[in-house]
Amino acid sequence: MPSAAVIVFPGSNCDRDMAVAIGSALGHPPQMVWHGESALPKVDLIAIPGGFSYGDYLRSGAMAANSPIMREVVAQAGRGVPVLGICNGFQVLTECGLLPGVLMRNAGLKFICRDVNVRVERNDTIFTRNYDAGAVIRVPIAHHDGNFFTDPNTLSALEDGNRIAFRYCASDGAITDAANPNGSLSNIAGILNEAGNVIGMMPHPERLADPLLGGTDGKPMFSAIAEAIAS
Amino acid sequence: MKAHVHITLKNGVLDPQGKAISNSLTSLGFDGVEGVRQGKFIELDLADSDAEVAKARVSKMCEKLLANTVIENYTVEISES
Repeated sequence: MPSAAVIVFPGSNCDRDMAVAIGSALGHPPQMVWHGESALPKVDLIAIPGGFSYGDYLRSGAMAANSPIMREVVAQAGRGVPVLGICNGFQVLTECGLLPGVLMRNAGLKFICRDVNVRVERNDTIFTRNYDAGAVIRVPIAHHDGNFFTDPNTLSALEDGNRIAFRYCASDGAITDAANPNGSLSNIAGILNEAGNVIGMMPHPERLADPLLGGTDGKPMFSAIAEAIAS
Repeated sequence: MKAHVHITLKNGVLDPQGKAISNSLTSLGFDGVEGVRQGKFIELDLADSDAEVAKARVSKMCEKLLANTVIENYTVEISES
């Protein structure tokens, strides 16, 4: 039976939503693993949830990236275990070096909490294969530091390596400045590592993964992961 | 001894907070502010007795935690008191 772990830091606040979305897709709940643990059980999926780990002290995700459990997460990611980081989870993944770039303060300086449209750039990944390529999905964002930035060489490597999973877009899928909520380079909302087993994204698919929440555009992500790790 | 660490954004990295501060200064009537870049200042109390060793250690701390070298530069100054 495939198993999953949700890492919980002091200040995580989307861990339970993540657990519900993963549990619903897997048919049984994931393990919740406290940040201070130095051992991570052998699992088929590691999820790093949103929130404000360590109060965003120093930089968003910087403290969490250096917590004991993250050494184990990095090791398992290196062995090919799928890792999903959402919002603060994305920030943690960049800070610990599993993903390139950095999530800076939003260009408009405001915390943004609303639904946005994002375009699925790739549907040949374990995370996105239940979406159509180019599909426009509605997903909530809720962040102050979501402004993806990296140096030009790394950006080229991401673009050329086809490692951009999601981009902020207009409702018709057009990639425009007006549809970019936070100033992210090239409207980047989510990226993959080179091996394709680590994804980080600012939008929250777990928040629209049940009709009771007002939408299900996030659900195919969790069903895709569940199918991938079951096979 | 003490270490003083200044962390600043690299050239070319947009600093919307610095820009907002600049706009506020202008609206308060402070003319001639041609640019503002916001950074961080961190002071560390160290048990080290050798300034060179201390500087090397603090530089490592900057690389590993205190600064994000994707977007930030840092300088380390060591003083006796």
